[in-house]
Amino acid sequence: MAKTESTFRNMALALTLIALAASTCLGFVYELTKKPIELSNLNKKLDAIKQVVPEFTNNPNEEMFRLPTGEGDSLEIYPAKKDDVIIGYAINTYTKNGFSGNINLMAGFKPDGTIINISVLQQKETPGLGTKMTEPAFKDQFNEKNPSEFILKVIKDGGPVDAITAATISSRAFCDAVQRAYNTLKKGDLK
Amino acid sequence: MNQLQNFNKGFIRENPVLVLVLGMCPTLATTSSSLNGLGMGIATTFVLVGSNVVISLLSNLIPDKVRIPTFIVIIASFVTIVDLLMQAYVPDLYEKLGIFIPLIVVNCIVLGRAEAFASKNSVFSSLIDGLGMGLGFTMALGILGAFREILGSGAIFGYKFISGDGILVFILAPGAFIALGYLIALINSLKELKKD
Repeated sequence: MAKTESTFRNMALALTLIALAASTCLGFVYELTKKPIELSNLNKKLDAIKQVVPEFTNNPNEEMFRLPTGEGDSLEIYPAKKDDVIIGYAINTYTKNGFSGNINLMAGFKPDGTIINISVLQQKETPGLGTKMTEPAFKDQFNEKNPSEFILKVIKDGGPVDAITAATISSRAFCDAVQRAYNTLKKGDLK
Repeated sequence: MNQLQNFNKGFIRENPVLVLVLGMCPTLATTSSSLNGLGMGIATTFVLVGSNVVISLLSNLIPDKVRIPTFIVIIASFVTIVDLLMQAYVPDLYEKLGIFIPLIVVNCIVLGRAEAFASKNSVFSSLIDGLGMGLGFTMALGILGAFREILGSGAIFGYKFISGDGILVFILAPGAFIALGYLIALINSLKELKKD
C-alpha cells in the first residue's frame, strides 16, 4: 500500500478518524472500569471508617453529613451509632501543608472530642520518609488523646507530638489535618 | 537482524535507561522502591507494545506531516486505558505511582520507538521491539528501585531485613542520580570487558 500523501484533505481525515477511534475506545474502557473504580474507592472509605471508630450498627456512609470548617469549605462527617446512640464520628479531613500534595485522613473521634484512631486515606509524601505517617509508630501516638489538652504540635514547635525522623513537614501536616477535623467537630457542637 | 536480536537489544545493547538514557523523569522519580519501579515499568511496557502495534499498522495511512500528533493521540489513549485499569484493579499501586502514570504520554521512549521503529517496520517486529524495550525499561527500573530500597530503607520488595532507617539520601532524588550513575558505569564496564 502506498504512503498517504500529506494533502490537506488526507491530514484532516487521518486526524479526525484517529481521534474518533481513540475516543470510542476510551469511552468503552471508561464504562468498563467505572463500577470497579467506584467500588474500590467505597471499600477503601468503609475500611477506613471501620478502623477509626468502635464497632457500629448503622450505615455511616448513608448518614454522612457535612460540617463547615470555617475556612470556606466543609468536611464529610460519618456518624457511627450503636443501637441509635452515637459512639463516634469518623471525619474525612485534609491538609494542604503536605510535603508533596494534599494529605487526606480519616480521623475517628469520640463524641467528647477524644481521638480514637486515625487512618491515612491518601498521601503522596516521600517514600521511606513522610510515608511513615501511615505506620502505627507515628499515628498511634494520637490515640486516646484529646486535642483540648494534647496540643497538636511537633516537639520542635513546642508540642508533644513525636515527629517522624527527617519528615517534620509531613508530621506537621498530619497534625494540621487532625486539628482541622477537631476544630470542625467542636464548632459543629455535636452531641 | 532476526527477531531474537530485535527482542533482546532492549535489555543491554540498547537499554532505554542505561544506554540510550531516555525517560529519565519516571526513572528517577518512581524508583524509590523496587515494586514502584517494576509497576511503572510494566505500565510503560503495556503502552509501548500497544502504541507500537497500532502505529505500525497505521503507518501507511498517516500522512507524514501530521504523524507526531497522531502518534501522541494513540499513545495518550493507551496511557488513559492503563490509568483507568490500574485505578480499578490495582488501586494501591495506582496511588503510589500517582502523577507518573499520565506522564507516560510524554515519556520519550514511547514516542521515540514509535518514530524510530514502529513507523518503519512490520507489525510483528514492532510488537517484539515494544516488548523488548519495555521489559528492558522494567528491568532497569526494577534494579534501580531494588538498589535504592536496599540502601535507603533496608528493605527489599517491602520486606525489611534491618530495623531502623537506611541511608536516607538513596530514597530522595539525589540518591536516584547517584544510583543511576553507578548502574550506567557498571553497564559500560561490562561492555568494555566484552570487547576485549
